[in-house]
Amino acid sequence: MIKYVAKRILLAIVTIWAVGTLTFFLMNMVPGGPFLSEKAISPQATAALEAKYGLDKPLMQQYLTYMSDALHGDFGDSLKQRGRTVMSIIQMKFPISARVGGLSVLVALCLGIPLGCIAALKRGKFLDSLISVISTCGIAVPSFVICTLLMYTLGVNLKLLPTMGLTSWKHYIMPVIALSFYPTAYIMRLMRSSMLDVLGQDYMRTAKAKGVAGFWILFKHALRNAILPVVTYVGPMLAYTVTGSFVVEKIFVIPGLGGEFISAISGRDYTLIMGTTIFLATLIIIMNVVVDIVYKLVDPRIKLK
Amino acid sequence: MSEYLVDIKNERLSFFTPAGEVKALNDVSICLKEGEVLGIVGESGSGKSVTAYSLMGLTAHPGKLIDGSLYFNGHQIETMSDKEMRKIRGNEISIIFQDPMTSLNPVYTIGNQIAEAILLHTDKNKAQAKVRAKELLELVGINEPEKRLKQYPHELSGGMRQRVMIAIALACEPKLLIADEPTTALDVTIQAQILELMMELKDKLGMAIIMITHDLGVVASMCERIAVMYAGKIVEYGTAEDIFYEPKHQYTKGLIRSIPRLDTKEHERLVPIEGTPVDMLNPPKGCPFAPRCDACMKICLREMPPVTNFGEIHYTQCWLNQKEEMEKGAANE
Amino acid sequence: MKQNPLSFQLKLNPEDFLPATEEEKQSQIIMRESVSFWKDGMRRFVKNKVAMVSLVVIVLIMIFSFIVPAFYPYSYKEQIKGANHLGPMEYSEEEQARIDAGESVFPHVFGTDNLGRDYAIRVMMGSRISLLVGLIATAIILVIGSLYGSIAAFFGGWVDLIMMRIVDIIYTIPDILLIVLLSFALKAPLTKVQEVPGFGWVGTVGENLISIFIVFALLYWVGMARMVRSQILTLKESEYVTAARALGVGNGKIIKKHLLKNCIGTLIVTTTLQIPSSIFTESFLSFLGMGVAVPLPSLGSLASAALNGINTYPYLLFIPAALISLIILSFNLLGDGLRDAFDPKLKH
Repeated sequence: MIKYVAKRILLAIVTIWAVGTLTFFLMNMVPGGPFLSEKAISPQATAALEAKYGLDKPLMQQYLTYMSDALHGDFGDSLKQRGRTVMSIIQMKFPISARVGGLSVLVALCLGIPLGCIAALKRGKFLDSLISVISTCGIAVPSFVICTLLMYTLGVNLKLLPTMGLTSWKHYIMPVIALSFYPTAYIMRLMRSSMLDVLGQDYMRTAKAKGVAGFWILFKHALRNAILPVVTYVGPMLAYTVTGSFVVEKIFVIPGLGGEFISAISGRDYTLIMGTTIFLATLIIIMNVVVDIVYKLVDPRIKLK
Repeated sequence: MSEYLVDIKNERLSFFTPAGEVKALNDVSICLKEGEVLGIVGESGSGKSVTAYSLMGLTAHPGKLIDGSLYFNGHQIETMSDKEMRKIRGNEISIIFQDPMTSLNPVYTIGNQIAEAILLHTDKNKAQAKVRAKELLELVGINEPEKRLKQYPHELSGGMRQRVMIAIALACEPKLLIADEPTTALDVTIQAQILELMMELKDKLGMAIIMITHDLGVVASMCERIAVMYAGKIVEYGTAEDIFYEPKHQYTKGLIRSIPRLDTKEHERLVPIEGTPVDMLNPPKGCPFAPRCDACMKICLREMPPVTNFGEIHYTQCWLNQKEEMEKGAANE
Repeated sequence: MKQNPLSFQLKLNPEDFLPATEEEKQSQIIMRESVSFWKDGMRRFVKNKVAMVSLVVIVLIMIFSFIVPAFYPYSYKEQIKGANHLGPMEYSEEEQARIDAGESVFPHVFGTDNLGRDYAIRVMMGSRISLLVGLIATAIILVIGSLYGSIAAFFGGWVDLIMMRIVDIIYTIPDILLIVLLSFALKAPLTKVQEVPGFGWVGTVGENLISIFIVFALLYWVGMARMVRSQILTLKESEYVTAARALGVGNGKIIKKHLLKNCIGTLIVTTTLQIPSSIFTESFLSFLGMGVAVPLPSLGSLASAALNGINTYPYLLFIPAALISLIILSFNLLGDGLRDAFDPKLKH
């Protein structure tokens, strides 16, 4: 177990380093710089600013400086939002994205798992077909389509829900629906097929032969086995909700981390790009490790190695 | 009430598959007294397991009982609701499945799975159930039962898992134990151990056993009565002596010829039964074994053979036996 | 003497008890005809109504986006004067005058956009781009992924170990972050490349489009590589391959006859299901303004552009949105159908 955790942490560090390095050099390949767009500033002032942030130094040196600072937990100041550190921006914006994303994950799990089970149990019946149609469509419709459709019907036409910002609970409804649509549909499908698989297993017959009642057979013997693929999917799902929020945040004008990232790129805010990338990568990697450990708890056959 | 513990009469059961109706059981009758051991022999797909499962109300979808009566220990199985059936399953009738590797739920401990059956059918609380589970593991010859209770199925060997399956089956001291090819998936040395264990437990607990197998050697050593099945029919039924010393049906004879014996002469070969089993979706019109039968007659291809009795228990379904009996009758007249 | 009462009911002739001939016996054996894997799969596939309908839809969309534009009277970048924001089937004043003068004017089936460009042709071009991205990106993924996966599986040992570690790392990298960055970063070098003789086509195709392909080539093959590797590893250890080896079958023949044949079903299915996911990603990028360059439309960028006018011109949004959903849905259903037909292991 300790060996496993150590191994995972090592791999995580390598991955984060790879992401950081890749981002750093890619970002510097993008033409233009953080201060070029501001026409009001004289070339001298630009040079002075660049010198202040060390952008005049050779790229390799910049890279080493940044990495050693980052190792000490210092992600620097934002180049565009003067006077604010990258960490403070992330601290301010991330909770907003996390709340929408977390709610969406919750909705996806709470809807997807039971509906998938029902479809498997009612296999071939009307309810199964209905759920299958919904889930197939859910996988096919891109999130921006869902967003715009929701916005047009509920927001613009019926004026039921606010279309912008995130100030009341009502503001959460549309972004959460939009963001949870795909994972819900995916989990329904996953759950249905793995449930069907488990229902055909020999140990289900054993449980039946023991005289276990129908509900308990499902709840105790089938669900815990059938849920395993869903647990594996939770990792990618988290990555999806983090990145899917780019679109959702753009459409519903939510002041989250996704929007911050996009504007950081177009503004060449190097430190903010680096900080956000490393932060999100770390988050996803940590979640993946957590998912692996949860998997081990659910399935005793898995040996963490 | 019946004098028998199990009394299946004229059971017909079909699977309604998309490709058509598969008549899995065709007029099957079986009876068994308390404490007796019945062997059901036949090749794969002959309906051995289907017979046993239907007795437990475990017929898999899309199988359906069409006709016949299934009596067990005062219950009329075919009329019982699922809820009533559940009280019998694992309590009065238990079953051991063929493949111990897949028959235990991989995510629960051995202890949990044994205790489940105890908690379902007795008033015992969890602690008592655990004590009983430990006793059961000792009973089926598993060492360090305390430790095993906490282990998961994947940590045990195949033979060990089959012992656990037996422990689960015996948890509520059933009247009838169905063993569905309990040794097929095991090593030969383990096979003998498991069979020995079953006989030992039978003597100790006095339950009846239905032994389903395709291994004639297994039934020879264990069973008082033997039913030979072919394509959903019992083609020959009798005591172990009848079947092994006076086999009447061509299929039974073939089966016996195909097992190796210690007393064969040096150059004598084993005789396989030629041909392949019937396609149950398109069964032949007459006797299902006719196309593979050495002594096939014209009528065999046209009509199902009727029952020919050879005494109290022993009977066959074969035209050849009919012919012999008729000739005997003619000679007597 | 005991006799079976049945034998009296049946009219029995002594002839009936004559031995049956071998032919008579054979006539009783009705065997189902054995069919080959492909034949059986094709039969199942053709029988699958949903999959067949999806196939028809895909073919129709292909015709709509690859053939129809050649015969269409408008071009996707042609700005018609005075024809801004026409509704579906509406005409501009000038066109109306021409119609009144007896000329025939081709209708704007889906109306026009804010610059007076015919929307129908833009949607056609948009779906052409989306389909192209889907198909080409998938081809790239297929080639890289299956090569990488099979190399790792064949060599095994530390080669496999290192190769799969790399896959693990790429797998954990948050893809969209890198895609966004990459598509920004690749733009400059690609623009430069255009000036090199022989690379002028880069400009025609569009730097963004090429950078999307590069992104796919760099990031998205890992899933395919994992799949192929595990497939080959399982097959390599399967008993029938051992059996074939024991019978002295050569390596080449094993690969051709056993590995390839058993892999190909899964490969086809995964590839088909990769197409919609590539289209999905492209539309997502285009929607965020990182896809194809103007004036070339893609379904994602059309939808994105229409977002601002959603209150007044909702059809500008709904048409590309519906089309992209339809394309992805059809490919998904086709993939499912293929899986049901050709991959019995995954079938339920």
